[in-house]
Amino acid sequence: MNYTNSVKIALSALKRNKFRAFLTMLGIIIGVASVIVMLAIGQGSKKSIQSQMSDMGTNLIFVMPGGEQKGGVRMGNSDAQNLKLTDLEFIEKNCPAISAISPEVRSSGQAVVGNENWPTTIYGVNNKYFNIRKYTIKSGRSFTEKEIQSYSKVCLVGKTIVENLFPDKDPIGQTIRFGNIPFLIIGVLSEKGENGMGQDQDDLIMSPYTTVQKRILAITHIQSIAASAVSEELNDAAITQITESLRTSHKLKEGEEDDFQVRSQAEIVQMFSSISDVMTALLGAISGISLLVGGIGIMNIMYVSVTERTREIGLRLSVGGRGNDILMQFLIESILLSAFGGIIGITLGILATQVTASVMNWPVVISSFSVIMSFLVCSAIGIFFGWYPARKAASLNPIDALRYE
Amino acid sequence: MKTIIEVKDLKKDFYVGEITVRALKGINLEIKQGEFVAIMGTSGSGKSTMLNILGCLDKPTSGAYLLDGISMGELSNNELAALRNHKLGFVFQSYNLLSRTSALENVELPLFYNSKIKPKERRERAEAALESVGLSDRIHHMPNQLSGGQQQRVAIARSLVNDPVVILADEATGNLDTRTSYEIMALFQDLNSKGKTIVFVTHEPDIAKFMTRQVVFRDGHIIREEIVSKQNNAIELLNALPLEELY
Repeated sequence: MNYTNSVKIALSALKRNKFRAFLTMLGIIIGVASVIVMLAIGQGSKKSIQSQMSDMGTNLIFVMPGGEQKGGVRMGNSDAQNLKLTDLEFIEKNCPAISAISPEVRSSGQAVVGNENWPTTIYGVNNKYFNIRKYTIKSGRSFTEKEIQSYSKVCLVGKTIVENLFPDKDPIGQTIRFGNIPFLIIGVLSEKGENGMGQDQDDLIMSPYTTVQKRILAITHIQSIAASAVSEELNDAAITQITESLRTSHKLKEGEEDDFQVRSQAEIVQMFSSISDVMTALLGAISGISLLVGGIGIMNIMYVSVTERTREIGLRLSVGGRGNDILMQFLIESILLSAFGGIIGITLGILATQVTASVMNWPVVISSFSVIMSFLVCSAIGIFFGWYPARKAASLNPIDALRYE
Repeated sequence: MKTIIEVKDLKKDFYVGEITVRALKGINLEIKQGEFVAIMGTSGSGKSTMLNILGCLDKPTSGAYLLDGISMGELSNNELAALRNHKLGFVFQSYNLLSRTSALENVELPLFYNSKIKPKERRERAEAALESVGLSDRIHHMPNQLSGGQQQRVAIARSLVNDPVVILADEATGNLDTRTSYEIMALFQDLNSKGKTIVFVTHEPDIAKFMTRQVVFRDGHIIREEIVSKQNNAIELLNALPLEELY
């Protein structure tokens, strides 16, 4: 017998029991649909984390102090004071893989305008920092080299500051006090929104690092360094070069631990992606279980169907059907059940994903991988769970099967 | 006349636990083309076992069986299936039609297992077979829309569709009333008059009188074999039956 005939026979057998076929498929439908929805939600959250992370900066690399020892006492990372401006200059000179570099010092405090005040953070940076961290200047200007050298009390403000302290006037040219120091506002930053961790990136004041160092914090070290690699491909090279430069400038001996940390944006993105990968795998696994249950449902119905149709099998054998023909008939039946169920499930899953996306406002991504994979998995389920009932049908003795009551 | 079935010293044993049941104890039988043979006997006489072996559904323990010149002793299960498909037609007591499947599709069934036959030919042959049993106006009816006699006609059409060398009928009138039985026997006699070889298992003596030869089994032996000198004619008996009772 050829396969066209097998498919025809299997189809007509399914047509004889439409409602039961539908109920059997329901397990697969729900399983496949939930796999698709869960993977879409998982991958959507991963993608949104990734896009938020990429807003952090341009091939961003951070250098933070760390692991300093003073007379054998290990110091906390945040207290460490071993990053200096000379380190920054040394890196700038010796790391060709870096396109821009800026020191970073920060201080938290109240910003006051007139009788309004707002808790915020002031960042002391140089004028390359805007490019490194993907801030754009909406109006006004950045500070000049001269202003940096003269500790000028000038600043740029983020949108949140503008909204809270200058609700209805242009902040440029106005004075804002941070601590007790009045700053002249020379520019306003464009909105950047929240970062991947939910932090408001517009709630800040940016000022020359010299000003923050000398006038607010009264320190000579810098708290961290932000740099951009020339390109994504040179990220790793940039990290190596920075590490080597800093080891040289800190005069660390062979075998001594680094007293600083170099982290790239790529690493952070990867860390968050791996968290969401775990979540996606977990969601996928849970819905995979429902797919498995659906498969067992098919197996159960196929067994019932074989028993119920024992006489039919006997008849088919007696009119010349071979064991293999019977095997194929039942196997194709279960594959059709699972494949149809799979197609309906995929359609339903895609619909449910769209509904979830629009109602819950969640980011979703339906990858062709998840669609193809769940279809292949449920076809495989059809073969796997259909095999044993089909084998049972094919191994029936025609005489007994014909006389079966 | 050509010999269709040739059975020589055929034995069949069944093993039930440690007990050996000897169902057939050396059967010799020859059936020629165009014969209409009744196989008779009480239950346990071995007639069903004989029919299973004749139908290539079961293999003998020893002895030879030649069907249309082919010895079935050395054939594999798949070859036996092909033999059933090409050479044999079965008619059962309980019709064994596929439910919720039209008469036409039921008749087409054996041809599905013959890959040489194209869908168009399959349909034409099934329609011709249904016409030959007088059901050309019922081809799209489901079995539950047909009477018992009509269902058995569909089953007979199914056994004819592959143009077998012999039709094996197992108590084919067992579920039918007298009138319908005679109608079915009339159909078999008609097929036989057109040259079909038929082997008909029955335990009813009056049904066996429609056939050309009777073979009686008891305890695994053939105890009697005789040519029916004066065959009953089913159509004549049908006409002689009182009209259907009205009540």
